[in-house]
Amino acid sequence: MTMAEGDLAVAEMAFVRRATIEPRPPPAAMTGAIGWLRANLLSTPFNIALTVLIVLLLAWAIPEIVRFLVIDAVWSGNDRDACLWTVQHREIGACWPFVWERLPYFIYGSYPIPQRWRVDVFFLMLAVGVVWLLWLKAPRRDLGAVYFFIVLPVVSYILLTGWSRIGLEPVDSVLWGGVLVTIVVASVGIVFSLPLGIILALGRRSRMPVVRTLSVIFIEFVRGVPLITVLFMAGVMLPLFVPEQYSPDKLVRALVGIAIFASAYMAEVVRAGLQAIPRGQYEGAMAVGLGYAQMMRLVVLPQALTVTIPNIVNTYIGLFKDTTLVFIVGIFDLLRTIEVARIDPKWATPVTSTTGYAVAAIFYVVFCYGMSRYARATEARLAKSGRR
Amino acid sequence: MPSDLPAQPRPARVVFYNDPKVRSIAYQFALCVVVALLVYGAARNAIDNLARAQIASGFGFWNQTAGFDISQTLIEYSSRGSTYGRAFWVGLLNTLLVAVLGIVFATIIGFIVGISRLSNNWLLAKAAGGYVEIIRNLPLLLQLLFWYNAVLKALPDLRDSIIIPGGLILNNRGFFLPLPVLKGGVGFFELSLLVGVVGALAFYVWARGRQERTGQRPPVLLVTLLLVVGLPLAVFAMVGRPIGFEFPQAGRFNIAGGIEVLPEFVALLFGLSIYTAAFIAEVVRAGILAVSRGQSEAAYSLGLRPGPTLRLIVVPQAMRVIIPPLTSQYLNLTKNSSLAVAIGYPDLVQVFTGTVLNQTGQAVEVVAITMLVYLVISLATSMIMNFYNRRMALVER
Amino acid sequence: MSADNNSGSLLKPAGLRTEVAVELIALNKWYGDFHVLRDINLKVRGGERIVICGPSGSGKSTMIRCINRLEEHQSGQIFVDGVEVTADLKKIDEVRREVGMVFQHFNLFPHLTVLENCTLAPIWVRKMPKGEAEDVARHYLTRVKIPEQANKYPGQLSGGQQQRVAIARALCMNPKIMLFDEPTSALDPEMVKEVLETMVALAHDGMTMLVVTHEMGFARQVANRILFMDEGQIVETNVPGEFFAHPQHERTKLFLGQILR
Repeated sequence: MTMAEGDLAVAEMAFVRRATIEPRPPPAAMTGAIGWLRANLLSTPFNIALTVLIVLLLAWAIPEIVRFLVIDAVWSGNDRDACLWTVQHREIGACWPFVWERLPYFIYGSYPIPQRWRVDVFFLMLAVGVVWLLWLKAPRRDLGAVYFFIVLPVVSYILLTGWSRIGLEPVDSVLWGGVLVTIVVASVGIVFSLPLGIILALGRRSRMPVVRTLSVIFIEFVRGVPLITVLFMAGVMLPLFVPEQYSPDKLVRALVGIAIFASAYMAEVVRAGLQAIPRGQYEGAMAVGLGYAQMMRLVVLPQALTVTIPNIVNTYIGLFKDTTLVFIVGIFDLLRTIEVARIDPKWATPVTSTTGYAVAAIFYVVFCYGMSRYARATEARLAKSGRR
Repeated sequence: MPSDLPAQPRPARVVFYNDPKVRSIAYQFALCVVVALLVYGAARNAIDNLARAQIASGFGFWNQTAGFDISQTLIEYSSRGSTYGRAFWVGLLNTLLVAVLGIVFATIIGFIVGISRLSNNWLLAKAAGGYVEIIRNLPLLLQLLFWYNAVLKALPDLRDSIIIPGGLILNNRGFFLPLPVLKGGVGFFELSLLVGVVGALAFYVWARGRQERTGQRPPVLLVTLLLVVGLPLAVFAMVGRPIGFEFPQAGRFNIAGGIEVLPEFVALLFGLSIYTAAFIAEVVRAGILAVSRGQSEAAYSLGLRPGPTLRLIVVPQAMRVIIPPLTSQYLNLTKNSSLAVAIGYPDLVQVFTGTVLNQTGQAVEVVAITMLVYLVISLATSMIMNFYNRRMALVER
Repeated sequence: MSADNNSGSLLKPAGLRTEVAVELIALNKWYGDFHVLRDINLKVRGGERIVICGPSGSGKSTMIRCINRLEEHQSGQIFVDGVEVTADLKKIDEVRREVGMVFQHFNLFPHLTVLENCTLAPIWVRKMPKGEAEDVARHYLTRVKIPEQANKYPGQLSGGQQQRVAIARALCMNPKIMLFDEPTSALDPEMVKEVLETMVALAHDGMTMLVVTHEMGFARQVANRILFMDEGQIVETNVPGEFFAHPQHERTKLFLGQILR
């Protein structure tokens, strides 16, 4: 546009543009790395100070972590001598030989070594079940649900506990430990909390006063107390309430406690999902002639559960972290095996504890972060497909 | 005419077992019967089992002598003279202490991190985000064990204590802080504190009235600071420093004087605060994001500056969204304090459900009492929250 | 074509004032690499009513939001009543006190009553005593014809009433210039009329107005000039009569064909 045209445009009431202005790139100071830096990190004196502070913090923390985990770490050895500081090697990092040697203990606990293949089969079956249910393009996912919630628990129980009739030597749950126990506890929690939670949620929404009251009391009671007290309750009270010959072993008691606790929280998550389904869905199902059970199974629950999958996964993440509390009632989950191992005199060095905790941290971060990524991906997918 | 009206249709006859009302009553009756049977069965077994193990029943144990020491007691307690009941109160107070302090720290850290995640500074936002992601994905118990075993227990021995100028001594036996000691002449100081606070409040009320009348805003912040901080300081200096501090002195085998803070307490406080702060940060972030940008744009277009906009428009609306889940996190922190039992901090669970239960064997009563305490706290907080929610709900059609 | 000849406009005000209310000189703005405003030049005189129309994404809202610095421009100049709009906070404050804005989604403060919505800025920005601010607020609420709603909350009002409150709220600051960003686009059809009537009355009283809208009836009734924007530039400008009857540019014809029946 020429100067003449420009003057004309403002002076007159009428103006028509003859030559289109093509888009131009923005001025240099605005874009590219420099522009971005200026806008985001250095815009005000306060921001500059903050940026400097954080950079300094990161410059100290990240090399320190790398140093500990990799550079100064010891990679081979037989006992604590390998991981003590020597004149040549003053700064010691992680004591990885400790981890290599005790890794089977961290994974299987004291499960008899010749029988450990059964634990491996269990892990494999569980992985198959998880992938079958979570992979959206998997075939016959309804069969997958049957496999995961019914077939898997039964088969795993037989496999892990043993059944002399078919040649599987019985293994007392006292010997189970480490990742095996953590996964078992988490899986039992996950498998039982969803169906029980659905029942409780439906019960809470029921119009029958007795059902509703019982559900509310159960849910509010369990949600109002710490998990530890529920575990203690299961641990000390369950043997009392059951005739002596059926007295459950420690692991079963902990599993009962976890299942009860997780169901109450899941119940609230499912209830929120049920409330999100518009009344029209219920009315439509009833108008077509479906009974209560059919309406729930075919119309309402599939929608309610889909809508709250992110919340369900978040509850599972919490459950996974909560499995560590069985530590306190004497069950040898991963954390407890690490606690026991790190005070072993054979490996006593100043870095053993931190190495052990690092291993635990890596395990939990990998699993929990993986689950939360799945939840976020599902949320994004649901949002995109236009569902609430 | 009446005879032209059609006869009232009679309700269709329904077989009684298909009538929904009958069914509902039947289901509920059956449920009650089942529950009653279960409860009865459980009670019978419990009585049998307890009798066989020769464990007492009832609450008589409350007044029995405890006979064990507790490492941190906020009230009078001795292993020889105090009862189990007293031990209960000691444990409860310890729980409340760590819960209240934890809530304070978690809130401060959580708000800072939450607001930082929304900052324009990319580095700050990402750093805050990283903190939240990592902390939320690690079990609390792991974090507690880490703080306790890998940090606090790893502090140096008494002889090599870390000494921080100002009177702070850190070693693996705990943290030692200066203990304020009230000497004579303290009356004036306390009086000046009171005067300062009351005066600041009065000034605030007067300033509000003045603004309504004339539109001018007196400098409330400045005057408040002067009255609450400056005045007592001035009196403090004039009257001759009536508050002394007894500083901890590192001896050869012991530390004399000062306040001793257990490493268990410090570990629990750090762990709880840092863990819960990560969740609070997300709650705060969600609350601020919930206030639409249009609100601050409208405020700016009216000529309001960012400070007043935040104070008058954004924060009041954000708090409505933040407070319910925030209270939920406070409750979680209180319940999570029960993990003290894993590191030996004498909270309610550790003292009562741990030691007392072991000594008396009366599992049912002890666990029931403990659960009741937490239930009361939870329900009371829920009720207050519901009341607050109803009062603060935005008025709509 | 003389500046006072509003041929085609049904409203004949006392006459445009000679001072320049808003001036945009070679205004350019980028969002990242996207050139959203290209060489905008515009002079708005006191008392003038400008309607800005165009397809979505053409930069109309962005342009008026640059005037009160809700958006930042990267090159060119903006003058409001002689004051240049820059990053200088004091200048921005001055400008925002003289410019009022009405938003598509009203943006009323839901936690304050209607009266409090209107008195907030006068009390905190102009430092008015509360009593005086409330008198001013009631005066403008009467002008937008909803004085009885003063103690209600925005959530209790209909969309049309809310937008009228938003207009009153902006007027309580006694601005010299009013910006309207699609003020009726979010309203149910039966409420559009009451808001447009309010805006027409405002124009009648001599307010300088820049209105981004699709309401062509309003444009015909009230506007001195219509701006058609497309792809970040002003494509055609004219008085309403000529604009609708004889559009000159291809894109203008296309646009008018799409929105007029």
